[in-house]
Amino acid sequence: MMDNITHTHDGPDPHAPRPDHDDTMTHHKMLEIAVRELLIEKGILTADEVRQAIERMDARGPHLGAKVVAKAWADPAFKARLLKDGSAAVEEAGVQMDTPTRLIVVENTPEVHNLVVCTLCSCYPRMVLGIPPDWYKSRAYRSRAVREPRSVLSEFGTTLPDKVTVRVHDSTADMRYLVLPMRPKGAEKMSEKQLAELVTRDCMVGVSVPKLN
Amino acid sequence: MTPRFAIGSKVQVRRGNPPGHIRTPYYIRGKAGTVERICGEFRNPEELAYGRSGEPKQVLYRVRFAQKDVWPGYAGPTNDTIDVELYEHWLEP
Repeated sequence: MMDNITHTHDGPDPHAPRPDHDDTMTHHKMLEIAVRELLIEKGILTADEVRQAIERMDARGPHLGAKVVAKAWADPAFKARLLKDGSAAVEEAGVQMDTPTRLIVVENTPEVHNLVVCTLCSCYPRMVLGIPPDWYKSRAYRSRAVREPRSVLSEFGTTLPDKVTVRVHDSTADMRYLVLPMRPKGAEKMSEKQLAELVTRDCMVGVSVPKLN
Repeated sequence: MTPRFAIGSKVQVRRGNPPGHIRTPYYIRGKAGTVERICGEFRNPEELAYGRSGEPKQVLYRVRFAQKDVWPGYAGPTNDTIDVELYEHWLEP
């Protein structure tokens, strides 16, 4: 007997039919298609170059930032270069920068905790973290991270004592920010690869800190 | 282009409210802070946004503000800061 409420795919997950959401033509989707097709028709770009660029952008992610942070924890000379000139140091570590933006690395210490936001839109250090999470782009985060950073931090599970200074960084122009978190206690003997596994995206935006386990 | 302000200079953000694409957040206009670093010269995004060249380039600064000076009734300790990137034409004197 067939009904139109549930169906099966020979799998364990019977569910009601769900509509596709990939067929809504919006103004900006149409604009993107029009510009892309014109660029290809005029021979300025090939379809494969567009595809490659998207593939390259999608391949970037927090694993790149984590590698940089772990290297800084393991190598004090690299850490010094990273804090002095973030762009040059991450390129040295094999990360490709976007032009014209530059990377500033801000260091968490027992006295200072850093938090990154873009109040104007969603500027994010994509070269080391990839695509920003939805909360980073939300109006709530963008407005509250500057106005009440300590409340925002505690909502992310990061409660800081008053003796720690909170420094918020608003990415309003051509700089991008990466937080260099503190290496957690107990991680002194870990390899660079093991260290990188402790460093999550949220630690590098500054809403969290690395933890063992 | 020689930067008009040095690291450590006290600056005040212009209290302008011009129309168009502006990179100076509203909350920081009129506030006083200290130059934290000079980031270099960049094409002016307020011009670039309209398809113009963005030249002459503008010196970009990072200015550090005390949160208590930015938000009346800021709830955290007085040491808390906010750093904002600001182009030279927004800074006074």
